[in-house]
Amino acid sequence: MDFRLTDDQRALRQGIRNLLEGRFGRQALRAAVDRADGKGGTHGRSGTDGRSGTHGKGGTGGKRPVGARVLDRELWRELGAAGFFALRLPEADGGVGQGLPEAVLAFEEAGRVLLPGPLIATHLAAGAVAGAATGEVVVTSPDGSLVEWLDEADIVRGDVSGAEPLASVDPLTPLHRLPASAAPRTGSGALRDPWAAGGPGGRPMPDGPGGHPEPDAPGGLASPSCGDTLLTSLLTAAEQLGSAARTCGTAVQHARTREQFGQPIGAFQAVQHLCADMLVRVEVARVAVYAAAVTADPADIAAARLLADEAAVRGARDCLQVYGGMGFTWESDVHLHLKRAWTRTHRAGGATRSEEALADDLVAGSA
Amino acid sequence: MDLTYTPEEEEFRARLRAWLAGVLPALPPKPSPDDWPARRAYDLGWQRRLYDAGYAGLHWPVDAGGRGATPTQHLIYLEETEKAGAPYVGANFVGLLHAGPTIASEGSAEQRARWLPPVLRGEEVWCQGFSEPGAGSDLAALRTRAWRDGDDYVVSGSKIWTSHAEVADWCELLVRTDPGARKHRGITWLAMPMDAPGITVRPLRTLAGSTEFAEVFLDEVRVPVANRVGAENDGWRVTMVTLSYERGTAFVGEVVACRRVLAEVAREARKNGRWDDVVLRRRLGRLNAEFRALWRLTQWNVSEAQGTGGVPGVGGSVFKLGYSHARQELFDAAAEVLGPEALDLGREWTLDRLSSLSYTIAAGTSQIQRNIVAERILGLPRGR
Repeated sequence: MDFRLTDDQRALRQGIRNLLEGRFGRQALRAAVDRADGKGGTHGRSGTDGRSGTHGKGGTGGKRPVGARVLDRELWRELGAAGFFALRLPEADGGVGQGLPEAVLAFEEAGRVLLPGPLIATHLAAGAVAGAATGEVVVTSPDGSLVEWLDEADIVRGDVSGAEPLASVDPLTPLHRLPASAAPRTGSGALRDPWAAGGPGGRPMPDGPGGHPEPDAPGGLASPSCGDTLLTSLLTAAEQLGSAARTCGTAVQHARTREQFGQPIGAFQAVQHLCADMLVRVEVARVAVYAAAVTADPADIAAARLLADEAAVRGARDCLQVYGGMGFTWESDVHLHLKRAWTRTHRAGGATRSEEALADDLVAGSA
Repeated sequence: MDLTYTPEEEEFRARLRAWLAGVLPALPPKPSPDDWPARRAYDLGWQRRLYDAGYAGLHWPVDAGGRGATPTQHLIYLEETEKAGAPYVGANFVGLLHAGPTIASEGSAEQRARWLPPVLRGEEVWCQGFSEPGAGSDLAALRTRAWRDGDDYVVSGSKIWTSHAEVADWCELLVRTDPGARKHRGITWLAMPMDAPGITVRPLRTLAGSTEFAEVFLDEVRVPVANRVGAENDGWRVTMVTLSYERGTAFVGEVVACRRVLAEVAREARKNGRWDDVVLRRRLGRLNAEFRALWRLTQWNVSEAQGTGGVPGVGGSVFKLGYSHARQELFDAAAEVLGPEALDLGREWTLDRLSSLSYTIAAGTSQIQRNIVAERILGLPRGR
């Protein structure tokens, strides 16, 4: 057993970090926020045209003026060229041939820089939807009662009939709400992937190559096949982890340099303890996310998701607290992390589903 | 990221399992928690069986009489012994996990030959004379004095929270040998025989009702200079060696045990109907996430230790903060499941709930651990 990252994994992570920090650094982030925040740029389509299933949108694009588009198509293609979407696609199919652990490292980096776009849906579509793997095509899919990036996607996988735009709390994640009848059931029971057999509208959803997830593999053997909902949950957890690590680092950096009462605020124990608790949550979430990527076990994924959601949301809040008044301003990035973290918590069932699944796991006896 | 165990590691696990299955049914019944002489005999008997089977001092270096096992083998050992319900190290805790490794690392050849084999064979018990009434978390503030008189140190003062003191043969004792030096500088590490004249042991009753530890009063106790480990006034450095062992794999077995208890709590809730309470059920689900992650954290720390060939580093503080909190949450949740029965001292979980209160205090309070994380890992300025 050696749980640490391999040299190749470190190199991959560093490569993606370099790409993203060069291509989507703070200036690019703020420029994207400014574009999204521009007057007239917040309205999505009215969404009554009843689209469903997997199809191209062709020329039916949204009502938003072209200039208000937020998604950087050039960056999207660069991500495709770097293998971000095709990371887990077999080499024989033109992919990079990597596994879930590598995908998790990539999405952690995406979360760190708040990379916008339907990253997970497009990643999951690679190999199934032409152009997704290369970043030529932007793919989204409904998730519960929400769908992200509907107006800017070229392809929608799943039923989005009756989608209505809502004024998204996260300036970089445009959201539509689906009618209540389309929302999947939630509640107890749920280690099985409720979407593996059919989409929220009862339509079949293309699934990962292996279909249903394997139960806990003996010795923690990696099982690359698990359903789209579980993969969405795991990759969301990876993004949350990246965001949590970033807000922790940001808070610490600020606490080292910001002076009040004649000393850096990081010398105050109250601030130190906020930061220490942030790190504990990050590190506990990190091992949970990495282990879930290795085992692909549904309970491991649920645990990873729960802890990563908490690390991201509470981390951003604590970072905001360390920043004090400055943290409450639009020009600080802290609120962007918090709003994105909140948005991500709604994916793939959220905390209720994870906690119920983990409770079921206890009585199922595999704990 | 590889969580699979090598064929050698799996073979080690299989042999250990087979041995445990053979030896455990033949053990005598566990003694009462407050009968310390019986507990000592029981724990040392178990240690002797481990020694005879070649499992004593598994993680100790070979030249100290240990088996030189890898950290992963040690992890497997702790996991399997806990899963099988084997006795815990108990009274042998300080000898095996603190004093022994310290002497192995810092002692002279004579000192290693004198003190290490009896620990491994289950013949001598050690206790830890670190904390004092005025020096708990602020350990360097200790005031027990020792001065040279010929070939002896003469020691006066008192120690507190000393586990197993009533039945210990030796005490790893920290004393102040230079009162004029700065706090951390004038401290010396001594091995004190517990039968020396001038030592009075008074058991302390904990809030759980048991006599886990004791106060130790020292009135001009003579300790040979030959019993000093490390140089005079160099005891703080020696102590840091000891503490790094304490925060290493000390809690591995406990995480395994907590996961087992959590599953039992869930089953109990199913039985008594409390499972229908969605808030409680979700709380148990969340605890499942936390203990799963804590287990992964031990695997991570062990992998790191294996990579550096040393003991786990500051990651131990991250682990201890998360674990001590989760353990208290676990037994609070167990009490929710039990309802009124949670007030019954006859229930094991009630006693466990009480004793879990020590976890955020012992071996460095959570507040001290946060200071360590903030200053040593995150690099924040030193607090005032």
